Amino acid sequence: MLAGWLLAPALCWMGVFFVLPLALVFVISFASRGTYGGVEWTFSLANYLNVVDPLYLKIFLRSLTLALATTVLCLVLGFPLAYYIARLPVRWQGVWLLLVMIPFWTNFLVRTYAWMFMLRAEGLLNTLAMGLGLIASPIEILYSPAAVLIGLVYGYLPFMVLPLYAAIERLAPSVVEAAWDLYAPAWAVFWRVIVPMTKPGIVAGCLLVFIPSLGAFITPDLLGGARTMMVGNLIQHEYLVVRDWPFGSAISFVLMGLVLAGVMAYVRAEGSRRELEVRR
Amino acid sequence: MADVSVDIRNVVKSHGAITAVDHLSLEVRKGEFFSILGPSGSGKTTTLRLLAGFEHPDQGDILIEGRSMRLVPPNHRPVNLVFQNYALFPHLTVFGNISFGLEMRRVPRAELRSRVETVLDMVRLTSKQDRLPAQLSGGEQQRVALARALVNHPSVLLLDEPLGALDQQLRQDMQVELKAIQEQVGITFICVTHHQEEALTMSDRVAIMNHGRLLQVGSPQEIYETPASSFVANFIGVSNTLVGHIRSLNGSCCGVMVPGLPKAQAIVARPPAGAGVGSPVTLLLRPERLHLSREVSLPGFDNALEARISKAIYNGSEMQYLLSLADGISWKARVPNAGGGQKRFLPGEAVFVRWTVDEGVVLPE
Repeated sequence: MLAGWLLAPALCWMGVFFVLPLALVFVISFASRGTYGGVEWTFSLANYLNVVDPLYLKIFLRSLTLALATTVLCLVLGFPLAYYIARLPVRWQGVWLLLVMIPFWTNFLVRTYAWMFMLRAEGLLNTLAMGLGLIASPIEILYSPAAVLIGLVYGYLPFMVLPLYAAIERLAPSVVEAAWDLYAPAWAVFWRVIVPMTKPGIVAGCLLVFIPSLGAFITPDLLGGARTMMVGNLIQHEYLVVRDWPFGSAISFVLMGLVLAGVMAYVRAEGSRRELEVRR
Repeated sequence: MADVSVDIRNVVKSHGAITAVDHLSLEVRKGEFFSILGPSGSGKTTTLRLLAGFEHPDQGDILIEGRSMRLVPPNHRPVNLVFQNYALFPHLTVFGNISFGLEMRRVPRAELRSRVETVLDMVRLTSKQDRLPAQLSGGEQQRVALARALVNHPSVLLLDEPLGALDQQLRQDMQVELKAIQEQVGITFICVTHHQEEALTMSDRVAIMNHGRLLQVGSPQEIYETPASSFVANFIGVSNTLVGHIRSLNGSCCGVMVPGLPKAQAIVARPPAGAGVGSPVTLLLRPERLHLSREVSLPGFDNALEARISKAIYNGSEMQYLLSLADGISWKARVPNAGGGQKRFLPGEAVFVRWTVDEGVVLPE
């Protein structure tokens, strides 16, 4: 009884500030744009049909590709780091985790501007590479998908490292030693024991990186320029520039639907795989 | 030399400033159940990890089946380890856990299946082969860990406190079972434990370690009956001690003078090799070898001391008495519970403690 009441504050908050606005957006997605940018309450599926336009599909596809690439890169960079931290003496683990989280102490926008200075033609990276004689003329990285990818990986790496760290920290070193003792070479220790046992952390990290990078708009806006528009930018564009709220709402819901479908498919596949394994 | 399974040659291993294993030399014979016994920090676990290959000696060498293990990683050694906390793979079934080592060595499917089934039968887990480790009891997990190692037919099976996590009753059952399995498979077992009863019950030979050094190697009987030092004597069971010096030597007997005991009561004992008159010695006596009685004179014993019962503890199978001797020396005695008309001693009662010359072990100081 008491436990039910403890739920009430959070439930009220979520109801008023999350569910209600979301429902509103859902309703608006079936309306249409007024002549001067307002919302006209006429029911139609036109907005959803519009999303399938090749122009927008291309943006969806680019977002998906960039988000996937970001997730994979974060995983590849984050796993060794998380493993290293999780195997340090406890007092050093805290220091390293702090270092991973320190960027959060500064505004994301400011940090993204810093990356602009790093990546532009006369920026730090090019100057350094040219000074070392690695390249003859500056490479234009800024305002390209590569710049967006760099920015996204930078921004979301901590979201990958933290759940991975938590999972690896729980992995008893003796289990890894057991695999080694049972004739497993390094790759088999990794794929047959470490990966399956840290899977919850891997999945959590991938979701925490994939979902926000799919909807990211600051990073592609500042580092990608007009050529590398992602879904996030498209939604922002529809809401604030074109002032077509109904279409913006429809895109938002398609994006949500895609993410949800992906997660559900994973959960279902995982469930049946586990069932198979136990039955074997 | 053909019957040597493991040959540890003058091995030194340090962890920072601590010398975990200090010039250890040890030979383990083929097919024997060998235990390394010692308190925590004695270097026994490091020794086991050196054998498994998780650590490498700073000095010296380890030979297994005549082959030097220098620079040989764990996955290329003919040994398997049963981990203290079992370290089972939680995401694999009992079958998956046991077949892991065979899969890694690419044993053909049919042979793998029959070998796993054989060990499953041996540890009585055939009906549970599809369970996950979390669905098993502690004793069952222990048997999976054992089976997972045994199925590979290693030259040497290493066991790290194998029964440490089990409760007393199960522990005693498993001691017998483990020994039976070892005799059945004929593999060399090297078991590390701090539990003396476990080591004595299961082993053909026992090594006692402390502070990284080897103190004594021998059969359980040798270790128990003729400990080489008072540390060994006290680590293996309880010992009563008397410290004194030799007053007289007479062939195979000597008289030991113990300060604090009345002058007339020189203790008759067997002298240690090379001891002379005046040599300081320590006399060790097992609590169950003492004879307690109220009679002032009783034939058949070489030594008698007066004592007072300070505490009488009934623990079912036996009576434990705390005795206070002259000069604040405190001893323990154990008397099996013979039931019926057996007379018990009460706290405060004066008794005589008696033993024959051969019950005492005399160590040079």
